Amino acid sequence: MVELTLPKNSKVGKGKHHPAPDGAKKVKTFRVYRYDPETGQNPRWDTYDVAVDQCGPMVLDAIIHIKNTMDPSLTFRRSCREGVCGSCAMNIGGRNTLACTCAWEDVPGQAIQISPLPHQPVIKDLVPDLTQFFAQYAEIEPWLHTDTPEPEKEWKQSIEDRAKLDGLYECILCACCSTSCPSYWWNPEKFMGPAALLHAYRWLIDSRDEATGERLDALEDPFKLYRCHTIMNCAQVCPKGLSPAKAIAEIKKMMAERLL
Amino acid sequence: MSGFQTDHSRARGLGAAKHGASHWIGERVGAIALAPLSLWAVYAGIGLGRADYGTAVAWVGNPLNAVLLFLLLVTSFWHMHAGMRVIVEDYIHKTFSKVALLVLNLFVCVLAGGLGVFALLKVAFSGGAF
Repeated sequence: MVELTLPKNSKVGKGKHHPAPDGAKKVKTFRVYRYDPETGQNPRWDTYDVAVDQCGPMVLDAIIHIKNTMDPSLTFRRSCREGVCGSCAMNIGGRNTLACTCAWEDVPGQAIQISPLPHQPVIKDLVPDLTQFFAQYAEIEPWLHTDTPEPEKEWKQSIEDRAKLDGLYECILCACCSTSCPSYWWNPEKFMGPAALLHAYRWLIDSRDEATGERLDALEDPFKLYRCHTIMNCAQVCPKGLSPAKAIAEIKKMMAERLL
Repeated sequence: MSGFQTDHSRARGLGAAKHGASHWIGERVGAIALAPLSLWAVYAGIGLGRADYGTAVAWVGNPLNAVLLFLLLVTSFWHMHAGMRVIVEDYIHKTFSKVALLVLNLFVCVLAGGLGVFALLKVAFSGGAF
């Protein structure tokens, strides 16, 4: 059954308050989810009054500032700081997005609430365990499948066919979409989730791939594909502006095309 | 879930059921059929609300009306069954509760549809008299 309340050991309590340093000109409050598996304590909300005049414009700048100057124990993933690697995906102000491309000035509300991506096991603080997410991605076999002997040079593709991959190949697997999807929350093991399905479509539509039928076979399932009810959260939150919902709709159309 | 199961094993699960596309098409075709049927039924219902008992019975006895009512009943309960089934599959995860509710959903929809069709035929063929 769907759990509408958090289990006892996941209830988030009140945490510490970290005031802004003296002389801070512009202060913004960040309410950050904290969980340390080593203490055995429940997660908590810590609040940080950040002197935002001393840090860069993005939420990632602010939490790096917190880690550097206020609380070195704050744990999060980050790498490229320009929306290419997908490491710093988190829930900011109730929306999954990349901390590095989200300006703190654009987040509405008094305090900016930051929590890990929803409905994934939490390793520590803002770091979710995405093991299953990546296993599902591997499941769609994201590489070219061919039986034709490999050509001497490259596999050729027309400009028009290459254009069909636009809006798909840009996905950086940050998991914002899948973890914002209610269907994925309720059936994370059986439903592939928007990210894996977007990648599945990227290979289904690739003119060079020779395993389209097998790929469709592997997805034709009431749960793996058809748990998508076109809720559209995936397309709403994608920090790269892609539409997994559209890719999934195209897969459903391909499935119907096989039958008709 | 066993503690030593690999990530791949979990992601693969029991594999694809190799069906679902026909259900997906069925849901949509049912919805397309219900749109005009429901509008027609509402329109007819408003007209019949002002009529007396005899006129209503005669209206149901009209072959075209009777067949359209039959199609409306069958399509509605078929569509309702599909919709309720999706809700159960989405939210109920314990095997016994899930199977029990899926069976209950089927039985309730078939029973309600069966009663509706019987009532319709009775009115259409015997003028509603007991």
